[in-house]
Amino acid sequence: MMKIAVLIKQVPGSESPLSIADSNVWLDEEKVAYIMNESDNYALEEALLLKEGTQDCEVVVVSLGPERVKKIIREGLAKGADRGMHLNINSNDVTDPLSIAKIFADALKSENFDLILSGLQSDDLGHGQTGIIIGELLKMSTGSLAVSTKLDGDQIAIKQEMEAGFFQNVRMSLPASITIQSGLNTPRYPSLKGIMGAKKKEIKTLDIDSSDQKLKISKLYLPSSSNEITMIDGSPDQIVENLVKVFKSEIKI
Amino acid sequence: MKEFGPDYYNITEMLTEEELLIQKTANDFVLNEFKPLVNEHYENGTFPKELIPKLGDLGFMGSSLPVEFGGSGVSNVAYGLILHELERGDSGLRSFASVQGALVMYPIYAYGSNDQKKKWLKLLGSGNKIGCFGLTESNFGSNPGSMLTRCKKDGDNWIINGSKMWITNGSIADIAIVWARDEEGLVRGFILEKGMEGFSASDIHGKLSLRCSITSELSFENVCVPDSSRLPNVEGLKGPLSCLTQARFGISWGMMGAATDCYQVALNYAKERKQFSKPIAAYQLTQSKLANMLTRITEGQLMAYQLAKLKDDERMNFLQVSMAKRNNCMIARDVAKTAREILGGNGITIDYSPIRHMANIESVFTYEGTHEMHTLILGEDITKISAFDN
Ligand SMILES: Cc1cc2nc3c(=O)[nH]c(=O)nc-3n(C[C@H](O)[C@H](O)[C@H](O)COP(=O)(O)OP(=O)(O)OC[C@H]3O[C@@H](n4cnc5c(N)ncnc54)[C@H](O)[C@@H]3O)c2cc1C
Repeated sequence: MMKIAVLIKQVPGSESPLSIADSNVWLDEEKVAYIMNESDNYALEEALLLKEGTQDCEVVVVSLGPERVKKIIREGLAKGADRGMHLNINSNDVTDPLSIAKIFADALKSENFDLILSGLQSDDLGHGQTGIIIGELLKMSTGSLAVSTKLDGDQIAIKQEMEAGFFQNVRMSLPASITIQSGLNTPRYPSLKGIMGAKKKEIKTLDIDSSDQKLKISKLYLPSSSNEITMIDGSPDQIVENLVKVFKSEIKI
Repeated sequence: MKEFGPDYYNITEMLTEEELLIQKTANDFVLNEFKPLVNEHYENGTFPKELIPKLGDLGFMGSSLPVEFGGSGVSNVAYGLILHELERGDSGLRSFASVQGALVMYPIYAYGSNDQKKKWLKLLGSGNKIGCFGLTESNFGSNPGSMLTRCKKDGDNWIINGSKMWITNGSIADIAIVWARDEEGLVRGFILEKGMEGFSASDIHGKLSLRCSITSELSFENVCVPDSSRLPNVEGLKGPLSCLTQARFGISWGMMGAATDCYQVALNYAKERKQFSKPIAAYQLTQSKLANMLTRITEGQLMAYQLAKLKDDERMNFLQVSMAKRNNCMIARDVAKTAREILGGNGITIDYSPIRHMANIESVFTYEGTHEMHTLILGEDITKISAFDN
C-alpha cells in the first residue's frame, strides 16, 4: 500500500485581525481567525489526486500545534484524507525549522510513509525548510517547490520551479519528501457528505515535549510607518524643476 | 458565524464543528464560484446553470434530508447556514436551492411512493435533474385554495388542465410538482416531466427583482399522466402548504445572509468614505444606522437559530415559521435600504450589492406567503378570529 502524509499547519488567515499579545512575542490568539496554510491546502489536494490515481493508497493529514489545530485536521478528513495525526504541543515556542522537523521526523518515522507532502512555506513564519529537513532526517529523497507530481512505480517525477521563470524536471526514488508550490491544482471544497463522514475517521494524538528549541522570538512588533510628505510649491516651472531635482538626487530614478 | 460577519450574541459558540465547516464551505463556494458571475447574470436576467452540478456535488440541495433520499443528513442549523451563505451571494441562488430542496425533494420525500423516491431523489440531490413547484396561478396567489388547475381521473391516468404563474426554475426544470384540484374539489400533487404532451413552460420577462433566477409560466393542456405520477400520500391544501413551511424556514436564514452582506458593504464604505473632515462612519446619523442594522440582524439571527433548534427537535410549528419568515424579510428589507442610503450615489450601481439585494428582497417579501398573509396568520392565532373570508 502507498502511504502519503500531508503536513498541514494552521496559520492566521490573511484577513484575520492581527494584534500582538501582551507578551510581545506572539499574536493575541483570542482574536485570530485561523485557516489552513495556503500551500498546505494545495499539498493536500495533490495527495488526494495521487490517491485517486493509485490503487490502495492512504492519505494521512498531520498537524503540529495546540488543540485548535484539530479543526484543520478535520477539514482535511472532510476533504477525503483517511486519518489524522495531531502532534499536540501546548506552546508557540518552537519556531525553528530544525526543531520542528525533528518533532515530525520522530512522530512519522514508524509510519514508514512513501511520500511526505507539505506546503513550500508557512504563511506566518515563512522559513520554507521544514519539509526538506524532515526528508533529510528520515533519509528520504527531497524536492522543493513542486508545480507538478507524477507517481511512477517506486519513483516520483516532479517539475520544480526555479528562479527567473525556469523549471526543472526531476525524478527521484521513493520514499520522498516534497514541498508543494501553491496554484498547481484546484483544491476541492469539502462536501457535506465528507464533512459528516469525517467524524468517523481516526485522529491519533501524540503529546509532544517542547523543551528542545534552537530559536526564540525576542520581540514581535508592527513596523512603524514613517511617511514624510514634502510639499512642492511655486509656479509650474519651479515645481517641475524642484520635482526633477527630487527624482535625481533623493529618489534616484 | 463570526468568521463571516457580525455575531454579536455569540451564536458561533453554539454551533458544532461540522456546522462551522459547512458554513465555511458554503461561504468559500459563493465567494469563489458565484460572486464573480452574479452581476453579469443579474444584468442579463439569467441563472448560472453551470453551477448546478457543483451545488449538487457539495450536497447543498435538500441537505437536511437523509442521505438515502438524496440529502446529506445535516442538521437544520447547518441547512440554514448554507442558505444564509447562498443568499449572501444572491437571492436567486438561494431560491434555486430552496425550490429544489424544500419544494421538490421534500414533497417527494414526504408524500411520494417508494418508486418515486427511488426514481427522483438522488438525481435531484446531485443536481442531475432540476425541479420546480407549481402552486400559484395568475389569479390565485395569496389564495391558492381557489386554484383553477384541474385534474380528472381517466382510467389509470389523470388528465391535467390549467396553468401556473410565477414558477421559479419553470423553464429549466426536468420535473414539476404541480398541484391541481380533482372533481371532488380535493387538491392533489403530481410529478410532471418535461416534454409530456400538452405541458409547456415560458419565461416571464421584465422582472426588476430576482433577476438572477428563472421565473416562468407553466401551462397544461390535456396533459395525461399515469396514476403512478401522483403523490399518493397527501391530499388537500396541506400538501403544498407543508412544503412552503420547509421553504419559509430556509428563507428566514437566507434573509439574514442578504442583510449581512448589505451591512458589511455599508460598514466598510462608511469607514472609508470621507466627507467634510471625517469618514461618514464618524457621524452620529451613520452610527445610528449601523447600530440599528446590527441590532436587527442580531435579532433575526437569533430567531432563525432558535427556529432551527426547534426544527431539529421536531418541535417547530408553522406559526413560528410564519413569524420568522415575516420578521426576517422585513429586517433584510430595512437593512438593505439603509445600506443603500449609506452608499450614496455609488449605492445605486450594480458595483455594490445592496441595491441588488434590495430589489431581490421585494420578491422574497412577496413569495412564500406575502408579509400581509403571515400577519393575518399570526393575527388569527393571537385573536382566534380569522381575517380571511373563506
Ligand atoms: C420571483 C417570484 C418567484 C415565485 N416563485 C414561485 C414558485 O416557484 N411557485 C409558486 O407556486 N409560486 C411562486 N411565486 C408566487 C408567489 O408565491 C405569489 O406571488 C404570492 O403568493 C403572492 O400572490 P400574488 O402575486 O398573486 O399577489 P396577491 O395575492 O394578488 O396579493 C397582492 C397584494 O394583496 C395583499 N393581499 C391579498 N389578500 C389579502 C388579504 N386577505 N388581506 C390583506 N391583504 C391581502 C397581498 O399581501 C399583496 O400585498 C413566485 C413569485 C415571485 C415574485
